[in-house]
Amino acid sequence: MKKDFHSKKDFHSKKKLCSFLFTALLAMAVLGGCADSTGESSGDNSSMESQADSQGTGSGQESGGTEEDSSAEESASGEGMSEADPAGQDAAGDMYGGSVVVGIQQDIDSLDPHKATAAGTKEILFNIFEGLVKPDENGNLICAVAEDYTISEDGLVYTFTLRDGVKFHNGNAVTAEDVKYSLERVAGLLDGTPLISTMKTIQAVDIIDEKTVQVTVDSANTELIYSFVAAVIPSGSGEDAGADPIGTGPFSFVSYKPQEGISLAKNPDYWQTGLPYLDSVEFRITGSADTALMELQGGTIDLYAYLTDSQAQALKGSHQVITAPSNVVQALFLNNALEPLNDVRVRQAILYALDKEAVNDFVGGGNGTLISSAMLPTLKDYYVDLNEAYGTTANVEKAKELLADAGFAEGFDLEIAIPAVYEFHMQTGEVVVEQLKAVGINATIKGMEWSTWLDEVYNGCQYAATISGITCDMTPGYLLNRFQTDSSKNFINFTNAEYDEIYVKAQESLDSAEKADYYKQLQKILCDEAGTAFIQVPANMTAISRRLAGYKFYPIYVQDMSTVYIIE
Amino acid sequence: MAAYFVTGEMFQGKGRAKADMKKKNRGRWRKNTPQRKNTPWNKYLTAGMVMTGIALILGVAGFFWTPYSTTAMSASEKFAAPSLRHLFGTDNFGRDIFSRVMQGLGTTIVISTLVVFFSGLAGILLGAFTGYFGGVLDEVVMRITDALNGFPSILLTLVIISLLGSGRQNVIISMSLVFTPSFVRIVRGEFIRLKDADYIKRARMMGAGKFRILFVHILPNIFSVFWVSVMIGFNNAILAESGMSYLGIGVQPPDASLGNMLSDAQGYLQAAPWYALAPGLTIVWLVLGFSLFSEGIRRRAEGKQ
Repeated sequence: MKKDFHSKKDFHSKKKLCSFLFTALLAMAVLGGCADSTGESSGDNSSMESQADSQGTGSGQESGGTEEDSSAEESASGEGMSEADPAGQDAAGDMYGGSVVVGIQQDIDSLDPHKATAAGTKEILFNIFEGLVKPDENGNLICAVAEDYTISEDGLVYTFTLRDGVKFHNGNAVTAEDVKYSLERVAGLLDGTPLISTMKTIQAVDIIDEKTVQVTVDSANTELIYSFVAAVIPSGSGEDAGADPIGTGPFSFVSYKPQEGISLAKNPDYWQTGLPYLDSVEFRITGSADTALMELQGGTIDLYAYLTDSQAQALKGSHQVITAPSNVVQALFLNNALEPLNDVRVRQAILYALDKEAVNDFVGGGNGTLISSAMLPTLKDYYVDLNEAYGTTANVEKAKELLADAGFAEGFDLEIAIPAVYEFHMQTGEVVVEQLKAVGINATIKGMEWSTWLDEVYNGCQYAATISGITCDMTPGYLLNRFQTDSSKNFINFTNAEYDEIYVKAQESLDSAEKADYYKQLQKILCDEAGTAFIQVPANMTAISRRLAGYKFYPIYVQDMSTVYIIE
Repeated sequence: MAAYFVTGEMFQGKGRAKADMKKKNRGRWRKNTPQRKNTPWNKYLTAGMVMTGIALILGVAGFFWTPYSTTAMSASEKFAAPSLRHLFGTDNFGRDIFSRVMQGLGTTIVISTLVVFFSGLAGILLGAFTGYFGGVLDEVVMRITDALNGFPSILLTLVIISLLGSGRQNVIISMSLVFTPSFVRIVRGEFIRLKDADYIKRARMMGAGKFRILFVHILPNIFSVFWVSVMIGFNNAILAESGMSYLGIGVQPPDASLGNMLSDAQGYLQAAPWYALAPGLTIVWLVLGFSLFSEGIRRRAEGKQ
C-alpha cells in the first residue's frame, strides 16, 4: 500500500480498491451493528475498571458507595503527574469565556453527590460540588469550603473553620448548619444509613459558632480526613439533590439529558478568585471509544480521557496527549481457597510463569507501571517494590519446579473468568493463557457478562481465577483492606493470621511512619504467600484539543475543568 | 438424487415416462450430448460451489494444520502488514491472521453445520407431522413457532445463552432452537401443498402406511425447496455465529473465531485495517458463496420444471 501514485491509471485502480474496501467495511459494519447497543464492549481500560469497581462495591458489598470514601493521597507523592500546559498562565483577560465539550464514556448514575458511586459520575460532579477539603492535582488535600482544620492529638475530634464568602450556586452563603447537615447525611446520623461507609465512625457533628464545626468520631483513623471531600450541600436539600444539584464548585448545574450528557455553567461567585475561565462546559456521552476517537478528530469534542494506546498514537499529531499512571491496579486474582490454588507453591508457580512485561507491551502499549504489591506506586511512602520477588518476566523453570513439587508436574486446568466488556482485561487474558501454557497449565478464558461476573466472581467467589482491575482511592490501605480474612471484599479468599493482626495494628497506628511500616509488612506477606498475581497499573491517556490550555491531570478519577481556558 | 425427485411428481405412476426420464438424466452428465448443450451453464451454482469449496477446504484444513500457531504471540511482529510471510498480516499480538482465519472458518463451519443439521432435522420432523396431520398438534407447534419468530433471532439466542451459559455447545443448542421455526414453516407448507396431490392419494388408496407416505412419498419431493432453505439457513447461521462471538459469547479467546477477530480488530481500524478486513471479507465470502449456491440450486430446479 506504500506505493506512490505514479500514473493516472494506477490512481484509478487505487480508487477502485478503496471503494471495494469501503464496501467490505460497510458489510462488516452491518454485521457488527448490533454490538453498538452494548456500548461499552470496546473501549479502554481504566475508566471502566473504575466504574467496575465502584459499581461492585455499590452492589451490596458494603452499605453505601464506598468509592466516595476519599480521594486524596499523601503529600509526598507528586510523581508521574503532568500538567498539560504550563504556558500563558498570566495572559490577557481574553482567557475568559468560551465553552468546551468533554467526551465521557457512560451515563451518570446519580446527580446526588453522596449517592453517586460510579467513578464516571464523580469525575463530573467534582466540578459542581466541593467538600470541606478537596484533592489537588498533586494528590494533596487542600482546604475548600473549610479554611482550616485541626485534628486532636488522639485523632477523635476534627475541628473545621469555614471559609468566608463561599456561596452555593443558588446564591446563599454556606453556613455551619449546611456543613452539619451534609456530614450528618453521609454519616447516616439523619436516617441511620451511612451514604459513605468510612464516615459511619462519625458520632456527632456540633456547631461551635457560625464559622466553626466540630466532628467527633469513635475511633482514630489517620485516613479519615480524606473522607471529608464529601460534598457540602444546602441544609435540607437532600431530597432534591438528585434532581437539582446545588453545590459550591466552580461550575453550576444547568441540565442533564439521559444518554446524552450534562451541561454546566460558570459559577461567577466561586471562592477561588479568577476561576473558572470557561463560561460553560458540556460533558457528552460518546458511547464507544471508537466514536470518541472520531469525534475528537472531527473536533466535536475537545477532551477525552480514556484512550487506548493505538488511539493515543493516532491522535499524537493533532492533539496534546498526556500519559500518566491511573489509579487502577490490574491483577490476576486467584481463588486461594480452591484446589489446586490453595497450595502456595501452585500460586507461586503462576506468579513465576507470568511475564508482566509482555502483558504491558502487548496490551498496554508499554505505558503501564509493573507492580507486584497491593499498593499504588504513586503512594511512595507506603509502596514496596516487590517486582524482584517473582521477576517481571517469565521464569519457566522455576514455575515448573514448583508445580512438580506441588504434585502438578502434568499441569492442571484453570478457568480464568473475565468480564467480557473490558477488552483490556480480555486481551490480558489471552496473553496470560499463552504464558501459563508454557509451564503446562491449561488455562482457558471464560468471558462473562458484567453483572454475572459481579454476582459470581466478585460477590459470590465462585471462580478459579479472574483478571480485573480495582480502582483505588488515595488512601493507602484501600487495597490491603480486602485481603483480611473476614473482609467483605475478600473475594480472593486470602487467609493469613499474621496479616490480619498487622492490618489491625496498622489501622490503630496514629504515627504515619509506623503505619507505613505496617503497610509494607502487609505487602510482603501478600507477596510471599502469592495471594494475588498483581500485574500492572495501566496508564491513563488523555487527549486535549490544541485550542485548550491549563488542563490539570489528577492522579484520581476527576476532570477538573476550572483551570482550563481557550487559546486561539 | 434430489434433483431427480423434483420431477418425480409428474411421472408418478407412469412407468414408461419415468424410465425415459432416467435415461435423459443419465445423458445429461455425458459431455457433448445434445441435452448438455441445451442446458444453459448455471453460473450461480458453479460460483457458489467454488467459493464455498475454497472456504470449506481452508476451514477443514484449519483443524489439522495452519501455517503458524494460532495462539503463539510475537512482540516483534505486531501489526505486520500482509505479505508473503503473513498472507493476511498479523494482529496486535503478532499472531498470524491467516492461520486464525483458517481456525475461525473451521469453527464457524462446524457450528453452522451442526446448527443447520439439528434445526433442519427438527424442522423436517415437526413440519412433516404438523403439515400432514394438522389438528391440535399443528396449532400448538405453529403458535410456538409464531412466538419464537416474534423475537429478533439474535435477541432470542442471547436469552437462551444467558439461561444456559456461554460456550460452544450452548451456542449450538440455542441457535438450533432459534433456527428451527423457519424450517418447520417451510416443511409444513410443502407437506400441506403435497398431501392432497394425486400421487399421494393413490399411494393412500394402495394402502401405504402414514410414515411411508410422509417420508418416502412426500419428503423426497420437497427437497428442492428444502435445500434452498438449508443454504439460507447456513448463511444465517454463519452470520449469527459470527455475531455471537463478536459479542463475546460462543467461542472464547484465545481460540479464534471470525466474530471475535472482528470485535478485537475494531480498535485498530486505522492502525491495522487488514486485521478487520481479513475476517470481515471471509464472512462476506462465505455468505456470498452460500447465497450463490442456493440461488444456483433454485434456478436449476426451476429450469428443470
